[in-house]
Amino acid sequence: MLTKRIIPCLDIKNGKVVKGINFVGLREIGDPVELAKIYEEQCADEIVFLDITASFEEREIIGELIGRAARELSIPLTVGGGIRSIDDFRRILARGADKVSVNSAAIENPELIRQAANEFGVQCVVVAIDAKKRADHRGYDVYIKGGRENAGLDLVDWAKKCERLGAGEILLTSMDKDGTKTGYDLEMLNDVCTAVNIPVVASGGCGKISDIVEVFQNTRSDAALFASLFHYGEATVDEVKDELIKNNIPARIIKKETL
Amino acid sequence: MKKIVIIDYNIGNLQSVQAAFLRLGQETVISRDLEEIRKADALILPGVGAFPTAMNNLKKFNLIELIQERAAAGIPILGICLGMQVLFEKGYEIEERQGLGLLKGEVIPIKTNEKIPHMGWNQLNLAKASPTTHYLSDNDEVYFVHSYQATCPDDELIAYTTYGEVKIPAIVGKNNVIGCQFHPEKSGEIGRKVLKAFLEEI
Repeated sequence: MLTKRIIPCLDIKNGKVVKGINFVGLREIGDPVELAKIYEEQCADEIVFLDITASFEEREIIGELIGRAARELSIPLTVGGGIRSIDDFRRILARGADKVSVNSAAIENPELIRQAANEFGVQCVVVAIDAKKRADHRGYDVYIKGGRENAGLDLVDWAKKCERLGAGEILLTSMDKDGTKTGYDLEMLNDVCTAVNIPVVASGGCGKISDIVEVFQNTRSDAALFASLFHYGEATVDEVKDELIKNNIPARIIKKETL
Repeated sequence: MKKIVIIDYNIGNLQSVQAAFLRLGQETVISRDLEEIRKADALILPGVGAFPTAMNNLKKFNLIELIQERAAAGIPILGICLGMQVLFEKGYEIEERQGLGLLKGEVIPIKTNEKIPHMGWNQLNLAKASPTTHYLSDNDEVYFVHSYQATCPDDELIAYTTYGEVKIPAIVGKNNVIGCQFHPEKSGEIGRKVLKAFLEEI
């Protein structure tokens, strides 16, 4: 049975993890690759690097980080942030990332999804969608540019279109829930999970382990992403996995033995 | 040290495969040079993307007959993901195409109501004894990402996984030709064990 994936997302600025992360008893770790390796040891199923600067000058820094991560990690790596063109896909995949996550540029130019899927395969095209409930509570609007601008698209329509164009996965962030630590947006996730037949990654709102259990019990989400749950050592990925298994949710655990 | 060539036919990310071998202390060469490939003690055929593109590229670089010849000479060959799929006789992705024909069987769409692609960590069920699975146990989890699957005779099926109602060959092989539908280079400790076992057979 396919297991539910747990995906730590590291926000990266100037080559460092934003805020840094204090694991219990450890110094603050600012290096994204070091932190990703700790998550891998804790049984994270994938890692996301989100480049929140994504300026032209920063490209070499993030490129170097991707190369180092690809050499050192033995789990899949997704890279997002500031992806504009098919050349950006090529550049990031060539460095060794497994998937590329595209957001605003896919809305401005949906053909980018098709082009990337044709050239590199659907498995490496992740469309990230930020959405927010409409004031009249009838459906959700899609936002771009880091949530600053309403794209004028209906969430479910856009998600279906992404699937048709060749997206391999949807990374869905609830802007209403993001940063609140009050749990994932179950209603929004259900709307999208019933509309498409590609994997959906839940994002936004994770504040405690039970939020992750809840998102898998109540939606068809395939993976749960978090950016801050573990920032101050409140929990480890291992603990999340144990809790999932206790609740009969399929999860991968590492058997503690070596060669 | 044994000479291992990762065949470069412009079909996806080869560095991760190289990095995975390096973590096991094994150096590899990424190449499409015919002489280099002919001299290799083992060949790795990676690949992500579509079956026809893979075959087109193998043809363009004059690799089809060479790979068939090395397989017949008993050189260990490991196909990964799409590189496993092209080891079979025929594929039906986008169009019907001949594969390398090193293993008996075909590559067809995964017929399930579950989500496609089949993406994520899934359990292995060991079907028959093989040196490749020497370090593995039933229910070990590995990372898959694919929309097409092989169908093969039982004597080539080393391990499978289950997705919805469908049984998907996960490790296939006969004699010196081995294929993994999943990505051992992305499958953490279990993937490492698969590559280690392959190295030990060279």
